[in-house]
Amino acid sequence: MELDSLYQEVILEHYKRPQNKGLLPNQTVQVHHVNTSCGDEITLNLKLTNGVISEISWDGVGCSISQASTSVVSELLKGKSSDAALSVIETFQAMLQSKGSDRGDESILEDGVAFAGVAKFPARVKCALLGWMATKDAISQSLALTGNNAKKEQK
Amino acid sequence: MNYFDVSAVQADFPILGRQIRGNNRLVYLDSGATSQKPNSVLDAERDFYTQHNAAAHRGAHQLAEEATELFESARERVAAFIGSKVDEVVFTKSATESINLVAYSFGNAEQGSRFHIEAGDRIVVSEMEHHANLIPWQELARRTGAELVWLSVSDDGRLDLTNAESIINSKTKVVALTHQSNVLGTINPVNEISKFARRVGAFFVLDACQSVPHYAVNVKELDVDFIAFSGHKMLGPTGVGVLWGRQELLDEMPPFLTGGSMIETVTMQSATYLPAPKRFEAGVPNMAQAVGLGAAIDYLNRIGLEKIHQHEVQLTKACLERLSQIPQLKIVGPSDMELRGGVVSFTLDGVHPHDLGQALDQYGIAVRTGHHCAWPLMKRFKVVATTRASFYLYNDLADVDALVSGVERARDYFLGR
Repeated sequence: MELDSLYQEVILEHYKRPQNKGLLPNQTVQVHHVNTSCGDEITLNLKLTNGVISEISWDGVGCSISQASTSVVSELLKGKSSDAALSVIETFQAMLQSKGSDRGDESILEDGVAFAGVAKFPARVKCALLGWMATKDAISQSLALTGNNAKKEQK
Repeated sequence: MNYFDVSAVQADFPILGRQIRGNNRLVYLDSGATSQKPNSVLDAERDFYTQHNAAAHRGAHQLAEEATELFESARERVAAFIGSKVDEVVFTKSATESINLVAYSFGNAEQGSRFHIEAGDRIVVSEMEHHANLIPWQELARRTGAELVWLSVSDDGRLDLTNAESIINSKTKVVALTHQSNVLGTINPVNEISKFARRVGAFFVLDACQSVPHYAVNVKELDVDFIAFSGHKMLGPTGVGVLWGRQELLDEMPPFLTGGSMIETVTMQSATYLPAPKRFEAGVPNMAQAVGLGAAIDYLNRIGLEKIHQHEVQLTKACLERLSQIPQLKIVGPSDMELRGGVVSFTLDGVHPHDLGQALDQYGIAVRTGHHCAWPLMKRFKVVATTRASFYLYNDLADVDALVSGVERARDYFLGR
């Protein structure tokens, strides 16, 4: 059944037992992202230590796709350098915007490939991207912030 | 009980013959967002383009005469439908534009005008407004420095009128309210509230998008100054909306959109404007859409609004009763049929509306999920979103059955695994 291609076991598993849910303190930045079409929202804390993502924690309300997807990204990118993380996000985004032609590279996306089926449901692509776009935003902001601090120190 | 031949009505709507996600029958329960269109409306629009297309109110040729005649006869139909004078009906592109027209016109009024709004004045809305009847007033308040105040909503989805008299105080210039909530289905006691507005001389703007398509709305019986509604929610085409306003107000209000068709005289430096409705219809109008709306009104009249209303009450009552038996389900809005229209919003414990809507879609059932352009109301009820089923004349009890079993099936799909 087609519904199963959207709601993979992995997705429902992450939905029921979300990883890294519950905001941790001492973040480098906090971002808040909203899916304007349905009102889903997440708050995400990201800590960047020497260019490496040392913590991602989040909280939010939303559908199974957005919640599971945020759980997956928080797990997948922890411990990665900001550059590597941004490249993984790009891979995920390309898969979701492929209308189903890109099944995703499991060696890069791990549990993230479970969202390949979402690409065939255009109304849900934003749900799947919510946490990923929040993470991307948080990385960019963290880089800008730490970059500025580095410049300040140089002065 | 059948108030009219529903299967004959269904046969007039070609889209209802479509199959969805495989070979599921389309169960369309999203008429609150937009209604489907009968053949007669599609034919009227096509006939306008194939036989009569020309710019109305311009040119002396035969087609221009016919286009003008058809466009104006659509206005007459709308006027008769709501019990108004013909010149009190302004065609806009949407109900959203209708409300913006009033808000911008008031904003354009100079000091000394009775429409002028400034710091110290008050604009009153309610917590159950659709964004279309909230943001234009937020913006007007921001531009003028006026204060935006609102009537709150009680737990059972009714307007809380206990402090209405102090909220609609002597500083109030505008009260903007929805006739029926697009989320809750609540029908507001308009004349009871307009008494407060009248007492302080405030203008009363009514968002009638969810009422005019479904039951008789007569402006002679409503103690309001303006009503706004859209054509596409009442079997008509997209791209046409209506603003009704009291003639003495419309003729005095400053224009909103300016340009051709709405002027009386023009020099290089200034212009004078025609009376309503032309004053508010700048540019070549949406003729084919207005003609389509006229055909939609003919269709609704042929069935009869009273019968349509009774039919929807019957479906809504059955829907509320049956959905209430699902233990995980909560109705958001009044649970009885007192002052209530054919819109049923609900939440299902453990299943997000977006997921529920997705599963229902897989079974061929089209519902609305999300915040329904009423974000503040969602916050009021402490929900992120709801699932909404809305009924119209082409729905039947089999659609209610499909919804109820679809919700149960979706629940088992998500919670049973």
